[in-house]
Amino acid sequence: MDLFELLNFYVIPGIVLGSIYALGAVGITLIFAILRYAHLAHGDLATLGAFIALAAVTSLGISPLAALPVAILATAAIAVGIDKVFYNHLRERPKIVTVMASLGIALMVRSVVQVVWGVDTQTYTRGIVRPDDYFGLRIRDREIYTVVAMVLLVGGLQLFLTRSKWGKAMRAMSDNPNLALLSGIDNKKVVMLTWVIAGGLCAAAGFFLGLNTELKSMMGWHMLLPMFAAAILGGVGRVEGAVLGGLIVGIAEELSVLVIPSEYKAAMAFAILLFMLIVRPTGLLKGKVL
Amino acid sequence: MEFLGLVNYALFMAIFIGIYALLALGLNIQWGFAGLFNAGIAGFFAVGAYTSAILTTPAADGRIGGFDQNFVVGWIGAMLAAALVAWPIGKICLRFRSDYLAIASIGIAEIIRLVIKSEPALTNGARGISNIPRPFGDLGYTESQVAYLIIVLVVLIAAYFLVERQFNAPWGRMMRAIRDNEGAAKAMGKDVEFRRLEAFIFGSALMGLGGAIFAHFNRSITPEAIDPMVATFLVWIMLILGGSGNNRGAILGAAVVWIIWSVSEIATDRLPHEYAVQAKYIRLFLIGLMLQLVLRFRPEGLLPEPLRGDQRTTKPGVDPN
Repeated sequence: MDLFELLNFYVIPGIVLGSIYALGAVGITLIFAILRYAHLAHGDLATLGAFIALAAVTSLGISPLAALPVAILATAAIAVGIDKVFYNHLRERPKIVTVMASLGIALMVRSVVQVVWGVDTQTYTRGIVRPDDYFGLRIRDREIYTVVAMVLLVGGLQLFLTRSKWGKAMRAMSDNPNLALLSGIDNKKVVMLTWVIAGGLCAAAGFFLGLNTELKSMMGWHMLLPMFAAAILGGVGRVEGAVLGGLIVGIAEELSVLVIPSEYKAAMAFAILLFMLIVRPTGLLKGKVL
Repeated sequence: MEFLGLVNYALFMAIFIGIYALLALGLNIQWGFAGLFNAGIAGFFAVGAYTSAILTTPAADGRIGGFDQNFVVGWIGAMLAAALVAWPIGKICLRFRSDYLAIASIGIAEIIRLVIKSEPALTNGARGISNIPRPFGDLGYTESQVAYLIIVLVVLIAAYFLVERQFNAPWGRMMRAIRDNEGAAKAMGKDVEFRRLEAFIFGSALMGLGGAIFAHFNRSITPEAIDPMVATFLVWIMLILGGSGNNRGAILGAAVVWIIWSVSEIATDRLPHEYAVQAKYIRLFLIGLMLQLVLRFRPEGLLPEPLRGDQRTTKPGVDPN
């Protein structure tokens, strides 16, 4: 197998898939670090975001990319709403209770998708898209959009977290919640902001997965494990770590086909997760361990 | 419906309640005693079901076994196999907070599902394993159902007494101490990781047994026999509604939730076809909502955990971190 074949069939799809995982993993890592629980409904929230974009495409007749902001805003609002209605009053209880609640939310969100949009696979646009040739590298437009959007969204988030007042407040909550509260940071606003960001990124992850493959009601749930593996691989609480982790998991999944039977592609994320927990639970970029 | 039909339906329900009660008891050891979050119940269930199927079916072409053993051997094998799967996961994840176990248990259930689907040499692929012998299965229909129900009840009662005994024994007190205040338990010299691993393995073994009993009841096991997410979630809501930390609560919860679940299934099956599919998902939505409501308004469940002697000095449910 020559180099171009390797790049075209394994590395490029891996980078695209990894970018999608990265978008979800950033949200997971923020929730894990700031709110301090594993959010198991993250994958199904991504499914919901993808289907909201589909609704915008079919009802408004706009192009998929124009539907992305709609999906991001709507899913962010839904994420905040879910937190207010279901998670907020569990805050004083052990965090693991919220993990359990989020498993229930995952089921609820998925059944909403299944009732409203059915269980058949759907796509944003019909027809086969042929890849363009860039000096021997064969890349589709939507693959470029995916990677560029991931870089822009995460780059913007990183700027927000390091430069703005509320971004710094979020990082402070992640580093030392007691100290942050003591210095007058409004916990409610931080929680809400976290959900806005996590929900929006979640929708983007679901949207791009739907754009590059197809929309299924189980698509998000199957993304949950790779997203968590990415977040833990990069280090919990580290946004750039989640991106790095997402890309590694994505590429590893695509490359794994060369070594193990393709049925076990999905096992790759799990293997990475367990390996990191054994060898370096803080992740590559020294995140926190809860 | 005629009388015999009703009796048969009641027997069928009772057997299922018994199986789910075993799963809920297993989860109670993990979550109720030790505070471990296992989101992969269906995985351990499937390991038990397939192990027992392989051990007890007559020899077949194209797959390992069957070894044509007695069902008792199969059931013990199922418990051992589920425990064997639980061991490495627990070993790796129990050093950390239970969130990590939650993620890893979702992962292991997913891997088990993949293995079952793509290793026909082990599980006969999508066709599954059939001809699993059922104890007293050669009697008439109703009689064999009754006989099987008795076996399930004997197993359930034995499991209940053993688990209840452990709950009141020093081991159970220690587990609850670890659950409620890990730091203090550690300071008292308890090996927290090892004890959690024990609880995780015991609970998983019971889940494996539940799977084996299910497989023998159905006489066959296929990858589509149970929906992993639904089964896992049902067991969780059974335990939480019944009362986590209370073994009788776990059994009561299994009965209540399974009756609600099957009656609502009968109700939705009568709907016209185009609504029936949607109604199935609305049921799932409602069962998820039920968990949220229980967590919010009655977190201790129908039968709260019995606390003897000195009540907890710390407020219940305050995160030690």
